[in-house]
Amino acid sequence: MNEPRFQKRTLFLIAYLVFAVLPIYWMVNMSFKTNEEILSSFSLWPQHFTWDNYRTIFTDESWYSGYLNSLIYVAINTVISLTVALPAAYAFSRYQFLGDKHVFFWLLTNRMTPPAVFLLPFFQLYTTVGLMDTHIAVALAHLLFNVPLAVWILEGFMSGIPREIDETAYIDGYSFPRFFLTIFLPLIKAGVGVAAFFCFMFSWVELLLARTLTSVNAKPIVATMTRTVSASGMDWATLAAAGVLTIVPGAIVIWFVRHYIAKGFAMGRV
Amino acid sequence: MARITLDLAHSYRPNPQQDSDYALLPLSMVFDDGGAYALLGPSGCGKTTMLNIMSGLLVPSQGRVLFDERDVTRASPQERNIAQVFQFPVIYDTMTVAENLAFPLKNRKVPEARIRQRVGQIAEMLEMSGQLDQRAAGLSADAKQKISLGRGLVREDVAAVLFDEPLTVIDPHLKWQLRRKLKQIHHELKLTLIYVTHDQVEALTFADKVVVMTRGRAVQVGAPDELFERPRHAFVGHFIGSPGMNFLPAQVQDGVLAVAGQRMPLPRALPDGALRLGVRPEYLALAAPGQAGALPCAVARVQDLGTHQMLTATIDGETLKVRCAPEQVLPGEGGTVWLQVLGEHTCFYQNEELLA
Amino acid sequence: MSATTKPVNQKAWFLILPVILCVAFSAILPLMTVVNYSVQDIISPERRVFVGTEWFAAVMRDEELHSALLRQITFSLAVLLVEIPLGILLALSMPAQGWKSSAVLVVVALSLLIPWNVVGTIWQIFGRSDIGLLGAAFKAAGIEYSYTSNATQAWLTVLAMDVWHWTPLVALLAFAGLRSIPDAYYQAARIDGASKFAVFRYIQLPKMRGVLMIAVLLRFMDSFMIYTEPFVLTGGGPGNATTFLSQYLTQKAVGQFDLGPAAAFSLIYFFIILLLCFILYNWMQRVGTTPKEGAGHE
Repeated sequence: MNEPRFQKRTLFLIAYLVFAVLPIYWMVNMSFKTNEEILSSFSLWPQHFTWDNYRTIFTDESWYSGYLNSLIYVAINTVISLTVALPAAYAFSRYQFLGDKHVFFWLLTNRMTPPAVFLLPFFQLYTTVGLMDTHIAVALAHLLFNVPLAVWILEGFMSGIPREIDETAYIDGYSFPRFFLTIFLPLIKAGVGVAAFFCFMFSWVELLLARTLTSVNAKPIVATMTRTVSASGMDWATLAAAGVLTIVPGAIVIWFVRHYIAKGFAMGRV
Repeated sequence: MARITLDLAHSYRPNPQQDSDYALLPLSMVFDDGGAYALLGPSGCGKTTMLNIMSGLLVPSQGRVLFDERDVTRASPQERNIAQVFQFPVIYDTMTVAENLAFPLKNRKVPEARIRQRVGQIAEMLEMSGQLDQRAAGLSADAKQKISLGRGLVREDVAAVLFDEPLTVIDPHLKWQLRRKLKQIHHELKLTLIYVTHDQVEALTFADKVVVMTRGRAVQVGAPDELFERPRHAFVGHFIGSPGMNFLPAQVQDGVLAVAGQRMPLPRALPDGALRLGVRPEYLALAAPGQAGALPCAVARVQDLGTHQMLTATIDGETLKVRCAPEQVLPGEGGTVWLQVLGEHTCFYQNEELLA
Repeated sequence: MSATTKPVNQKAWFLILPVILCVAFSAILPLMTVVNYSVQDIISPERRVFVGTEWFAAVMRDEELHSALLRQITFSLAVLLVEIPLGILLALSMPAQGWKSSAVLVVVALSLLIPWNVVGTIWQIFGRSDIGLLGAAFKAAGIEYSYTSNATQAWLTVLAMDVWHWTPLVALLAFAGLRSIPDAYYQAARIDGASKFAVFRYIQLPKMRGVLMIAVLLRFMDSFMIYTEPFVLTGGGPGNATTFLSQYLTQKAVGQFDLGPAAAFSLIYFFIILLLCFILYNWMQRVGTTPKEGAGHE
């Protein structure tokens, strides 16, 4: 049916995949070299393969605690974001109410604010409530941009579900919570997967707020990585290894939500 | 307009070993040109699979599909020139009603004037002439289904129109309107129409012939009254009718029929062994006590349903339902009633198949 | 489903209350603080003088701000022009099912999961002719390549880095949108004899409208606020060739450490984004759908 077109698309896909992987491969390559080797010679793969950089990260508490801290606040943030966003998205999708369009747009505006604008106010706010240097502080701060995004994405997917389904459920006697959990949610699985992934992603990679609100106890990995400049110059090798390790949790998350993104919305099959 | 012949089986697995591996057990069927057929059965019986094989969206793992003697087993839907209407309306959101209807013709490079004429004709038939310039996306579900249907009808040489439970998302009070419209279209255009549904009312009112299916097998093909009077398979007796046929276990030995602990003379020639006796609620009648071929049953319940009364009785652990006229006097709950189970409408089944 | 068929129900406010509380806590309180600072001259924590709109006027007159703004707008436009079509094309090329689908999904999404300073670092190394693959490749091909001294090349490298980093966002959203199209549409199109392009134009693109809107707005906003990646890669150079708006704000704020002008600039920055987004949002609304009314009209 589409043999020649099939070739062109696969070719394009492969070309893009190479483009996507190459810089990452280069970083992986570097993570297995020593700093001396990086600066002195040039090779496509390590001449003197070494695990040293990874060993440093796994043994030095200041390194691996960074990963744990990041994972904790990202997880908290994702759960809260989705939990509050789902009912709100449903309301925007299904009902009109006073000020609905304005509130929706206001939510989006929160995503448009450069984080730099909030640095000092956040610092003062969280110090006042005594939440400085805690995981919950970063999780709450990240709600600023994740919640609007989650509402936005979920609303889009929810609007794609015909209202007939809601109405049929009510006629059949379902209560709202039961309908939402057993009928509606499975239908928007793709949307929930996408929203969860983006919440995870934007929280995981955010640097400015996470660094400002933490110092020791909840210091995230992104902050730890910015200190690799020392007197002897840039510690490329350890930086590369740390970078490789920051990709791992994200890869795992996307592996788990892949079905929700890939599965379509199928209505009735015999 | 075409006559469709099926001689095939279908399995979604590469090496089917047993019956349960097949979505469609080997069958052989002919759909006459210009006939209106319904494929009726519960979910999972294979009716949509059969429909998709006929339309070309699915290639059968074994066997052939013929359109008027032409082997189209591997031909695309386009090559077979069929039209299909799906469970939910499938329309092109960005186009107007007229553009939607014109789309299949545009793709076939039909001249502009002819397209306009044809679109007008079909819109007229579907009573949508006033909405031709409206955007299809904003219309109601039944209007959208009509557009889906129209896209199928707009091609003049369409071989057959296939429907996959098309009234599923239509409001109940509009369903009968669309059903009537379909019958009208069938009458006017004399197309081969094949309609998949799990709703027997739809099937029995729409089709000239109904194919009753269960678990991958077509158990009976016949006109609605045939299916009602003489179901050739116990499933058909059970599925058709509201409520379906009553069944009682029976035993034949030495010329005597034993039903629910009572002995009766054999009404017709039957082989020895275990059987099931089937009789519809409509054909069970009250009898005098001790009458030949009647059974004493305990009355469990009497319901007044307006147009008729429904009597539920039990005997020997089995339940029987009887449909009675509204003015008939019936014994109350707990009483005894004699029911005439043997009659010309009674059917006997062995291994689910009709014997006599 | 148009807005006019949605029932009015004021009780829906209960459903959105949690969201409003969360975001208000994170946004309104701090914002009030910023507004507070922007109209004062904070000479010391005890001495504050109300100066009204003086800071705003000073910031608006700043020549350097104008050129940074222009650079920023050009950059954001370039980003949209490349990433949106590329992302859609990528989504169309990605396999829909099977193990290949999962594998491609993971590889494509990888670049999104890298902390932004690491992205900058990767490309910093990648582009160097001594230790980087790209730089070395250019050198081997005889092309003079240096993102630290050549302004155009610095621009292109930053753009390439952003495309590499963010196109998967567009692609993932478009991919999810494509997967939510029921099979019946493709089947009906086959039956109607539609060409592949017609399928794209009349089925896929309209059904992707909702997610594409999200993608365009997200990419626009984020590229307008971009800071870490170009800062790590080029430091804003050579000169100020790649100094975009966020960096300009940080330079001014950190350099002078005067809260008043910094706060004023922050608000102006925010309003610029707000204005541009509002225009973009309404334009797309006029083109056919909004995120509330789009993404599926069943």
